[in-house]
Amino acid sequence: MAQMTMIEAVRSAMDVMLEKDPKVIVMGEDVGYFGGVFRCTAGLQKKYGIERVFDTPINESAIVGMGVGMATQGMRPCVEVQFADYMFPAYDQITQEAARIRHRSAGQFTCPMVIRMPTGGGIFGGQTHSQSPEALFTHVAGLKVVQPSSPLDAKGLLIAAIEDPDPVIFLEPKRIYNGPFDGHHDTKSVGWAGHPLGEVPEGYYKTPLAKASVYREGEAITILAYGTMVYVAEAAVKEAEVDAEIIDLRTLLPLDLETIVASVQKTRHCMILHEGTRTSGFGAELIAEVQEACFYHLEAPIKRVTGWDAPYPHAQEWDYFPGPKRVIRAIKETLEA
Amino acid sequence: MSVKINFPTPSARPGDIPDFSNYKFPDPGVLSVPPLEMTAEESREYANSLIRVLDKEGNAVGPWSDYLGEEGLEDALLQGLRDMLQMRAIDARMLNAQRQGKTTFYLQCTGEEAIGCAFQKQLHPGDMNFPTYRQQSLLVASGYPLKSLFGQYYQNENDPLSGRQLPTLHSAKDYGFFTISGNLGTQYVQAVGWAMAAALTGTDNISAAWIGDGATASNDYHSAMVTAAVYKPPVILNVVNNQWAISSFSGIAGGSASTFASRGVGYGIPSIRVDGNDFLAVMAATKWATKRTRGGFGPVVIEWVTYRVAAHSTSDDASAYRPKEEAEAWPLGDPVERLKQHLINRGKWSEARHKQGVAEIMDEVITAQKESEALGTFLNPQYLSPSAIFEGVYEEMPEHLKRQRQDMGA
Repeated sequence: MAQMTMIEAVRSAMDVMLEKDPKVIVMGEDVGYFGGVFRCTAGLQKKYGIERVFDTPINESAIVGMGVGMATQGMRPCVEVQFADYMFPAYDQITQEAARIRHRSAGQFTCPMVIRMPTGGGIFGGQTHSQSPEALFTHVAGLKVVQPSSPLDAKGLLIAAIEDPDPVIFLEPKRIYNGPFDGHHDTKSVGWAGHPLGEVPEGYYKTPLAKASVYREGEAITILAYGTMVYVAEAAVKEAEVDAEIIDLRTLLPLDLETIVASVQKTRHCMILHEGTRTSGFGAELIAEVQEACFYHLEAPIKRVTGWDAPYPHAQEWDYFPGPKRVIRAIKETLEA
Repeated sequence: MSVKINFPTPSARPGDIPDFSNYKFPDPGVLSVPPLEMTAEESREYANSLIRVLDKEGNAVGPWSDYLGEEGLEDALLQGLRDMLQMRAIDARMLNAQRQGKTTFYLQCTGEEAIGCAFQKQLHPGDMNFPTYRQQSLLVASGYPLKSLFGQYYQNENDPLSGRQLPTLHSAKDYGFFTISGNLGTQYVQAVGWAMAAALTGTDNISAAWIGDGATASNDYHSAMVTAAVYKPPVILNVVNNQWAISSFSGIAGGSASTFASRGVGYGIPSIRVDGNDFLAVMAATKWATKRTRGGFGPVVIEWVTYRVAAHSTSDDASAYRPKEEAEAWPLGDPVERLKQHLINRGKWSEARHKQGVAEIMDEVITAQKESEALGTFLNPQYLSPSAIFEGVYEEMPEHLKRQRQDMGA
């Protein structure tokens, strides 16, 4: 089996789908000739031609809006927004158009498209290259929202997303784009080689949407995380020597509540970890769902460790990025409550 | 001395005499028919002038009239008159129905009937309009069943959208009518994407984007202009300049600085400006534009110059911001009257037949309306299953929506 970084896995997914389905096209700023600023589409234009993989003007609303037009015509556009922070000009097209076309037309028109965007911090990107806007999408009826934490899942989920009949927001965590992350602040990236999750099949396979995975089994506490934060949770659990169960949500909308509830009812403790800002963040939704389903099983209030409610800083990046220290404190407070 | 800025104001407000003296319209027949491969640069004259066919007496004159040819023309014109009269009858009846509380909302297209009615006839099956809420004339001319139209106005069992959308925000894929959003401008760039897909998948279909003068200020108008100029897909970029965007006159969207058509030239897209109240001019210009786009010569911008006779919607009071007599003073006249006169001049129509035709069409519309009202209106609402709210949000209903549907008791 091949060893791939998440970038290579994402590219492999698009490669497989471009090959398999002539209706799949890839477009976005710099994705064509150059192959994307993160190199996710490197070589694809050369392989499939400029009509299948091409550059767009710097206009996110146009990228998504054109994609909507193509998807409603029967194509399968897989478009890239260069950074999740840049999706705001396209927010109208995503939330009021792509998400709603099936419903408002009573199924006459459908919008099967994927909008890929690198998300999150940890690469010294400052306030416009580091945000985690997933909660701005999970609030929108009609969208599906996916965030992988490994190359294996990234490829399987992206293939599933491209084949999905509904619009999918595909958030790619930048901190683990190029290699694994031991969960500690400012660790240098190394290749995925040697990391078990770096093993990725070359060909076609799908990882189902709307299904969480139990990343680590445990009995003491359930930690809900996704993307890069799965590794922060893992580092914290190792360091604190706690028998925690880590659930990698993988798809945030629709949410796999069944897996979450089963775990929390077993461990009777729960904490949540995400990079996005705290107030009205996705953690708030998770807490609401978990307490509603598990109130009488819980032995302590549900804690959350999140990004701070401030714009993402540049120099103080590691004070902003949630790290194991904060997670360990939250685990202890939950278990000792 | 200090620096200054400009706040555009219309030429007349309520109580003033309507004033269109700033409009310089050329005589009919002076513009030639350009080659299909015309460039943006070559289109400057067309973007700043006005393509017209009918003169004051109702005669068709000039090269654009010749371009229409005679074959089948009279039948098409009679059908066009009929479509416009039907559109006008629906507008009148629905305005009353809204005032009677039978529907929540309606938008008239009175005065603009020629544009949609003539345009639609030049499209082929599989072509797609990306309309605004004031292009119901495209639907009427496409033969869309009145049953479905009224069904949506009254939100009864004949509503193809099961009560999900405002009465005027139709969706009719089989009639080349894209689902209308309600927020402004978004459909413009989608039409570009649709046209790109039509080309990429090897069809010979085209798309038609529609926007009003006011919404040309929106982001997606510019997104569409840039992308259409870059990729040159088969899209007709229509701007319906009807002078008013609710209470904001066209100058608020930049219409006093240049014509809307000439903006297209700036983007590098060949652009023409057409008398939207002249059925024959609309027909001829659309024939040229559809031939051009379908022939692979790239996109085209068309500014249709017209006047919004009615208020913006049933929620708007136009008399609060413009002279009551302004519509009548509009120098390009009434599209129905002008086509009627032309057909009379041709010996194909008469005042008496017109009167009879108006009455017959009104009867048909009233009959369809009454049949629809029998199924329920907002005065006697029909029970529509609330589960429709949850259906079709996704292809397959996710668990959380199933739980919510159960919660509702639907």
